[in-house]
Amino acid sequence: MIEAPAPLPAQDSTLPRGAVLRRGILANPLLVVAAAGSALILLVALLAPLIAPFPGDAGTATHPLLVLRPPSAQHWFGTDNVGRDVYSRVLYGARISPLIAVIVLLLATALGIPLGVMAGYFGGWLDEVIMRITDIFLAFPPLLLALAFAAVLPASLTTVVIAIAITWWPWYTRLIRGQAASVAGRPYIEACRALGISRWRILLRHILPNSITPLLVQISFDIGGVILTASALSFLGLGAQDPTPDWGLMVAQGQAYFTTAWWVVTFPGLAILFTAFTFNLFGDGLRDLLDPKRTFLR
Amino acid sequence: MIVYAARRIALAVLVIAGVLVLTFVIARVVPGDPAATWAGPHASAAQVAAAHKFLGLDRPPAVQLLSYFGGILAGNWGLSVHTHQPVLSDLGVAAPASLELVTVAMILAVLAGVPLGLVAARWPDRLLDHSIRAGAILGVSMPIFWMALILQLVFSQRLHLLPAAGQFSPDLLFTHPLARHTGADVVDALITGNWPMLGSTLSHLVLPAIVVAAYPCGLIARIVRAQVLDTIGETHVQMARALGFRERTVFGRFAMKLAWNPVAAALALVFGYSLVNTFLVEAVFDWPGLGSYAAASIAALDTPAILGVTLFIALVYVAANLVVDIVQAAIDPRIRLR
Repeated sequence: MIEAPAPLPAQDSTLPRGAVLRRGILANPLLVVAAAGSALILLVALLAPLIAPFPGDAGTATHPLLVLRPPSAQHWFGTDNVGRDVYSRVLYGARISPLIAVIVLLLATALGIPLGVMAGYFGGWLDEVIMRITDIFLAFPPLLLALAFAAVLPASLTTVVIAIAITWWPWYTRLIRGQAASVAGRPYIEACRALGISRWRILLRHILPNSITPLLVQISFDIGGVILTASALSFLGLGAQDPTPDWGLMVAQGQAYFTTAWWVVTFPGLAILFTAFTFNLFGDGLRDLLDPKRTFLR
Repeated sequence: MIVYAARRIALAVLVIAGVLVLTFVIARVVPGDPAATWAGPHASAAQVAAAHKFLGLDRPPAVQLLSYFGGILAGNWGLSVHTHQPVLSDLGVAAPASLELVTVAMILAVLAGVPLGLVAARWPDRLLDHSIRAGAILGVSMPIFWMALILQLVFSQRLHLLPAAGQFSPDLLFTHPLARHTGADVVDALITGNWPMLGSTLSHLVLPAIVVAAYPCGLIARIVRAQVLDTIGETHVQMARALGFRERTVFGRFAMKLAWNPVAAALALVFGYSLVNTFLVEAVFDWPGLGSYAAASIAALDTPAILGVTLFIALVYVAANLVVDIVQAAIDPRIRLR
């Protein structure tokens, strides 16, 4: 989220855009890996009830006789402190973290994009007010502000979503404002104005579509960041509550037993790492693909 | 330059005022009725009303905000519910340990991240580059609370190579007691010449510092790689090459020169990030800094303490960014003109 916004993609004059993209994708093995990983996560999330050996363990089931068993043929990732199958819970966890990321990013963009486009296009005092407000939000490291909000609100996944969305929108406002301001100065916008098209129509039909590409790259890059933030909040006990199979919460619950039962902490953590890594890899590859400085035609 | 610095400082003061408003909103507005929380769950209506008056909630919000501002400026950051101490003095005790940890982590991140980024940029799109890029992304994708637990499990519980927790071995307190000067144990041990204590504090620093360094290290490696690839084709770098400098020097000195600025800017940002990341790491390693204090405050629902830590880190973060901006403008005149 620190990196500079990627510029608008360049149109290649000699090759159709599709061919350039295809070459770019093939030149970037990491992007292929990332796409495969994302597909896997999506598949696991969709099919969790079918592939999890003990679907009931994702909920309120407890098995007092199966407490803290090491990984075996029956329980691939072992069992936790109330005897639930860690493998089943990890699979079900794939339904939570990516979903949280999607909702957070939808909320953050729903707030951030309109404010950013208006600030960039209208300018003036509106721009000043909006951007000074984003300055205040950006004066906090993102996890810190989310933490402060989550700490005073009742602990739940809804709180996690709200707390992270409140911290996330200013990044998008700032990013799209810069784009919108530069698009607003281009001749075709001037032409629209000369034709007598209304300001709101110019904003929606011309400014917005032409300034949104870097934002899409940024969003794909932020999925991993949101997942990490959400799992951190759950780890601190501010998010998901038992028996929700949230990966961050599972690590926190396993912490008390981890010197003797390493598997309870290890596997949910690996799931967070794998998911965040996959989505970050995807965003990284996408950024490279849309970066005009890299032509892939060497 | 002075105009730029003055404008930048004025903006920072404005932002800090906004930060205070935001923490005030979080403290007073978000959690429902603070008077009810103060009076406890079984309080009568009269007790809640009394608490309302006691906390000054019957005054207009603007007056409350002003008195909050005044309190913060006068050093009255409220009383911590779980330590029963003024929040500001708690922070003063906790901050040096965290700043020490994060500083060491930043040094590690630069020492590892810059060479990795340079190596990746020197042979782009080769196997080594792909591995370093994947490794860098792995670093920024790490759930650090988990990494802390795993490293602790492997290196101290299983291999017994490094101490599991704390800042130094407690038995050293009897043989080589540590004189407090700065509050940062490594520095205190160094300036008092307490060598056994210095060794102990350094070995206790290794694991938490590596965990905190994971994110900045990945970030720096990526920034250096991108920046060096950008500069390597430019004429001044080609000139250095034409003059017969070794490739290593061309990359490490001439191409890297332009990368130091973005690295410095990123360091200011991640210094703040890492202070927050200590919330997740210090509790695992029993490191008595801001992170442990924040984690304990969160567990105790101690709102004044949570907001105190939040405010403190936001101030450090704003100040770090201010310093980097001004230093960068002093080095690079182009920035002043933006």
